[in-house]
Amino acid sequence: MSEPTHTLTAPDLAAPDPAAVKAEMLKIYPAKTAKKRAKQIILNDPETPPEIGANSRTIPGIITQRGCTYAGCRGVVLGPIYDILQITHGPVGCGFYAWLSRRNLVRPPAGSTNYLQYCMNTDMQEDQIVFGGEKKLTQAIREAYAIFKPKAIAILATCPVGLIGDDIHTVAKLMKAELGINVMAFSCEGYKGVSQSAGHHIANNGVFKNIIGLDDKPDEAEFNMNILGEYNIGGDAWEIDTLLRKCGIHVTSTLSGDVSYDQVKKSHTVMLNGVMCHRSINYIAEMMEKKFGIPWIKVNFIGAEATAKTLRKIAKFFDSKKLTDRVEEVIAQEMIALRPVRAEIKARHQGKKAALFVGGSRAHHYQDLFRDIGMEIVSAGYEFAHRDDYEGRKVLPTIKVDADSRNIEELHVEADPARFKPTKTPEQMEALKAGGFSFKDYEGMMVEMKKSTLVIDDITHHEMEKLIEIYKPDIIGSGIKDKFVIEKMGVPCKQLHSYDYSGPYAAFAGAVNFYREVDRMLTTKVWKYITPPWEKAPLASVELVHASKLGGAKKNGEAKAWRKAAAGGEEA
Amino acid sequence: MLDGTTAEIKPREALRINPAKTCQPIGAMYAALGIHGCMPHSHGSQGCCAYHRSHLTRHFKEPVVATSSSFTEGASVFGGLANMTQALSNIFTIYDPKIVAVHTTCLSEVIGDDIPMMIKKATEEGIIPAGKVVIHANTPSFVGSHVTGFASMVTAMVKYLSESSGKTEAQLKDEPQLNIIPGYIDPADMRELKRIIKEMGVKTVLFPDTSGVLDLPQDGRYRMFPSGGATIEQIKSAGDSVGTIALGHFASHPAAEKLDEKCNVPCALLELPYGLTNTDRFIHALRNHGGVDVPGTLGEERGRLLDAMGDMHQYFHGKRVAIAGDPDHVIALTQFLVELDMKPAYVITGSSGNHFEQRVTEILKDQAPEAIVKQNSDLFALHQWIKNQPVDLLIGNTYCKYIAHVEKIPFVRFGFPVLDRMGHRYFPGVGYMGALRLMEKINDALLDHKDRECPEETFELIQ
Repeated sequence: MSEPTHTLTAPDLAAPDPAAVKAEMLKIYPAKTAKKRAKQIILNDPETPPEIGANSRTIPGIITQRGCTYAGCRGVVLGPIYDILQITHGPVGCGFYAWLSRRNLVRPPAGSTNYLQYCMNTDMQEDQIVFGGEKKLTQAIREAYAIFKPKAIAILATCPVGLIGDDIHTVAKLMKAELGINVMAFSCEGYKGVSQSAGHHIANNGVFKNIIGLDDKPDEAEFNMNILGEYNIGGDAWEIDTLLRKCGIHVTSTLSGDVSYDQVKKSHTVMLNGVMCHRSINYIAEMMEKKFGIPWIKVNFIGAEATAKTLRKIAKFFDSKKLTDRVEEVIAQEMIALRPVRAEIKARHQGKKAALFVGGSRAHHYQDLFRDIGMEIVSAGYEFAHRDDYEGRKVLPTIKVDADSRNIEELHVEADPARFKPTKTPEQMEALKAGGFSFKDYEGMMVEMKKSTLVIDDITHHEMEKLIEIYKPDIIGSGIKDKFVIEKMGVPCKQLHSYDYSGPYAAFAGAVNFYREVDRMLTTKVWKYITPPWEKAPLASVELVHASKLGGAKKNGEAKAWRKAAAGGEEA
Repeated sequence: MLDGTTAEIKPREALRINPAKTCQPIGAMYAALGIHGCMPHSHGSQGCCAYHRSHLTRHFKEPVVATSSSFTEGASVFGGLANMTQALSNIFTIYDPKIVAVHTTCLSEVIGDDIPMMIKKATEEGIIPAGKVVIHANTPSFVGSHVTGFASMVTAMVKYLSESSGKTEAQLKDEPQLNIIPGYIDPADMRELKRIIKEMGVKTVLFPDTSGVLDLPQDGRYRMFPSGGATIEQIKSAGDSVGTIALGHFASHPAAEKLDEKCNVPCALLELPYGLTNTDRFIHALRNHGGVDVPGTLGEERGRLLDAMGDMHQYFHGKRVAIAGDPDHVIALTQFLVELDMKPAYVITGSSGNHFEQRVTEILKDQAPEAIVKQNSDLFALHQWIKNQPVDLLIGNTYCKYIAHVEKIPFVRFGFPVLDRMGHRYFPGVGYMGALRLMEKINDALLDHKDRECPEETFELIQ
């Protein structure tokens, strides 16, 4: 099927000079702030991505997109496992804000309780700040167990817990012994690390130490894998699962989207890990490979082309003709439904401009969806990613571990003597690599972005305003805190954390949803109505919809006068 | 849904489940947004600020800007002075607000950061430009709730800004001004209060005032500091007012009392003007303290409300209602439900304060003496009581929708936060017109439920 070619009506002469834009963004800052931000605003070079000052401290007083370590631990990897009863140890707020505010959709089987609908915390009061909160936490765990009888309990720390020195790990240990269920503690105080990313790492460590590997019985399946770093926002994990099932691939565990404690326990029994969000879960992928011999590959189910590429990559790994043929069949089938929609929407929006500032992988993945419909990415950046997510994992050895990162435990993992069973022999792995296959690799965002495009890490409110002013993007992908700032400026904004309560956007069916959603946002009449008619049209040309009704009264002086007034002084 | 919630009530003292409150700083941030040209600043880890901005944004669907001291572990150990100083320097240079309203968090409170000292130091070092103002409120999250956080920030406005200029009584009587402290209500409510005040013809200062800040029109332009909000000068002049009308024991009375203590401004302590009687009291107070007559237009609004109350009385009468929310809201709403001859059965707030239980019990003593009234409660407890003895209607914030859904109870969203409907952003709940809207919502919920659930033979065209 031929698709309309790119036709830009307006000459691209006015394309802003990124270096000048950067200078303009930095101009207002105090010197120290400008110096730091300059390292986080980079003119891209896809050939050799320049170093970006990612995962560094947020500057006090600038308006940032970032959240805290607790949010990272409660929000991803650990948080969305629906049948672990999670107790936030601390004052009431942290647990309250994290309660159902991320869209980790779940369909628990009958008889299973979905604890995501509950917000449980110790509602710490001044007494516990002064005298310690361990006693209250212990009692809270006992009460939770008595009421709910969960399979497992997780305790999450908030800022004061670390400061007053509550030993939540000992409490967890004692409770585990007393109740006979898994009780685990996460020291994810908000002030640790520079963003939610530290919380992801802490959640990875805890889930790996306390859950993964507890059940050695694998699911019966010819091709068996986990999807890591997929949180089922708006049902994305279900789309991916459905697609893989069509191909004949079984997903044991999606970490963490619509996933149960029991599924996570046996997630080490698979043949392959596919990593969606590299930032939030590469730690578990690495540790599972070291301990159990499960190779990991980067996957991306966001965008039709990206999804097809990912399916082929997975098929290649499993090295089965049957699977490879099936994957091609599925791709062909899915593309039949997708192509006409994509072509229609592409025709309307080819050449339009998008900018993406969000998360730790979404600002990269969603570029593929916009490119699918011919749109251009004028600028992008993550909220909490590290250099490897921008520049690729090849820079890992050169990343300096600073004091904030050193705070977060690095687990020492060795091959499990009994359970280290590599899916592939070293020879097979080498053969795959020789055929162009890459393992444990993520090339990052920058290699896929155009030269000189602005890459902005942890974009500030001020920089966002400047960016909109100068680039005038047609749409921006961002989060809840920016959404209405952007839309007040007349630019539609797609929340890429919550999807604005729509979705799914993953895999082929999700891509179609996304194209349609972008189409809706770019064609909505709302933005066209911003200027009222009396501010844009010469008064004489104001359309009088009901003027004809006055026709019969033309001779009547009064009607004439009314008409004159309505037409702004010019008699029609 | 909520499958772990059973009718059997087990002892629970340490575990909070499904809170009906949140922490102080979000209230302080909301109050600060009601000052014109104000940047709320959260002194703590940036997660607090992110959570508060996100949640306020979800409730208002408007830009909510605020800054943070972005503590990392270093600041938590060595204190937040360096972070605060850098933050103030950045805020005034980049965003240029007229005023910064600092609130603390559990983090900065636990380490004992001294905010007034920090402000003093920043002033001496010239970090705070001449003519700019920094105020603060202590809002540790392990004390009180979002409502007390709001109250603390409003009190801070009085402490830092209000002054008596020394004008003589005669001078003040020339153009008497009243203060209105509206409480933790939505911008649409504040707008409605101002409309009523205008109808009455009283000169007032309403603070905080988030109308014109968090209910902005779409005109293609973003303004970090929009035209709304009580100006510093207005709050300053509150010290010269002839009186204060403060709406709500928990959110507004502390500031009114502070103003009385500091500037000798007498105060009338009222409840939020939800429903008929509380609006009557508000208008009566405006009349008495403002020295004006009540215009006929307001009398007509009252009459229309009363007319509707009579017309639809049969649908309200005797209905058992569960109410959850913030104490000032719940007290006033309970009063309105009594006026409608409904029977509040469970009345809870997540906040603490004996006044809540005393006042609600007093309101219910004739009509529903058997009602369970609890401060420091939560939605899990409420749900368990409902499972034991059901109700006809549930009124509360959006979090209650899970209970309503699973128990198939008609549900009216009321209070903070409302995260899944739009009306609160534009239509007031206060005043006679607001009462009509609340009544309509209750009536619709009850009748929609009846229409959906009733057998065909009682499905009626006319109600």
